[in-house]
Amino acid sequence: MCTLERQYRFQWEPAQNSFVLLYPEGMVKLSGSAAEIMKRIDGSSSPAEIVRGLEQAFPGVELRQDVMDFLEAAYARGWIRVGQTE
Amino acid sequence: MTNPLWLNAEVTFKCPLHCVYCYNPVDYTRFGPELTTDEWLRVLREARELGAVQLGISGGEPLMRDDIEVMVAEARRLGYYTNLLTSGVGLTEQRIAAFKQGGLDQIQLSFQDSTRELNDFLSSTRTFELKSKVARLIKQYDYPMVLNVVLHRMNIDHIQAILEMAEAMGAEHVELANTQYYAWALLNRDQLLPSAEQLRRAEEITNQFRARVGSKMKLYFVVPDYYANRPKACMNGWGAVFLNVAADGVALPCHEARMLPGLTFPNVREHDVRWIWHESPGFNAYRGDSWMAEPCRSCPDKSKDFGGCRCQAYMLTGAATNTDPVCDLSPNHHLITDIVAKAQSAERPATVHPIVFRDDKNSRKLSEKNRSETAAAE
Repeated sequence: MCTLERQYRFQWEPAQNSFVLLYPEGMVKLSGSAAEIMKRIDGSSSPAEIVRGLEQAFPGVELRQDVMDFLEAAYARGWIRVGQTE
Repeated sequence: MTNPLWLNAEVTFKCPLHCVYCYNPVDYTRFGPELTTDEWLRVLREARELGAVQLGISGGEPLMRDDIEVMVAEARRLGYYTNLLTSGVGLTEQRIAAFKQGGLDQIQLSFQDSTRELNDFLSSTRTFELKSKVARLIKQYDYPMVLNVVLHRMNIDHIQAILEMAEAMGAEHVELANTQYYAWALLNRDQLLPSAEQLRRAEEITNQFRARVGSKMKLYFVVPDYYANRPKACMNGWGAVFLNVAADGVALPCHEARMLPGLTFPNVREHDVRWIWHESPGFNAYRGDSWMAEPCRSCPDKSKDFGGCRCQAYMLTGAATNTDPVCDLSPNHHLITDIVAKAQSAERPATVHPIVFRDDKNSRKLSEKNRSETAAAE
């Protein structure tokens, strides 16, 4: 399962007209597709479930590799952690 | 013009500590009454509407106020990412539990030094045991342990012990910030500015420590700008992203700007934050680059560092529009190098005045001095 690291907060930011990731003394503006993935990082969904959810929301698009790449990058930046479901 | 991203709420200038490097204005005792809870909540709402998203609650010691819980909860409701900057004095379990419930995102704990004697001397109170206790509370309530240690001539040689203490406390982020020479720190600069050799050794020890602990502790070492040859991009530009509201409601583009002559800064009691940010003469004074003098005016770096710090330029050269003398292109750069040269001697210069602790008595004395100097100038 994927969980947002505790010092990060994901939210809609009206002044930026985009979803953002907030952290101490900083903010990352997210692209639309990054935001769709982040919305599904809820502490209980696995990477495979996140892919399935997105493929249902955006039928007919091959998303798996893009999602995996994003999750890897997010992990490398310390935004998320990936663990086993209890 | 950009909108503010950052609101710093200096909710009080009251403080149980008396740190000799404090950046609060030295004449804080002559400021008007503190904003009420309702006034602060209005400031939070108005700044948030403009786009501010990072909120710092600082002081003084913010926990000297009993309504921080109310501000924290409202800040969370509004969507701020809120950071409480505290010495830890007054952070009881009851309060931290309320902060957690209200949605406070981060607590940054300041530490004077790792040895109790020096800690108590520098902050002039016996707070070390208390801070260790607070550090445990921060952990217990599942906050990241963020430690801020201000470095200077008298504690920088203890850096190994400071780092070991941070590790023992389970600190995840440690900022080793060298003193910046404003306000009280400027008064005490001769006692506080470290030598180049002290800095070199401290950075070397920090690097060794960083290599050993790896990613479990993020270490930031901030060198004093007196040792740089290009100025800092102060506040990311005047009135660009940072909005400071002081305890008495005066809105400022940085913590120190109130000292600048010829400018009047608006009070949130009299104006809304939108007007303050966009329209007030104070916030527009040093926006852009039309105010710049040479060598900044024709410098390719002017969009990168904005000519450095207006307050430092004023304090050291007498004019806020001058290039920050930290820059080696400034004709006044010798002012910095002369001070730095004096700091290389192991002995305290004979002319040094006694160290000045930040307290109400000294502040009243300094306010009186400022007032009579201003009157004389007029």
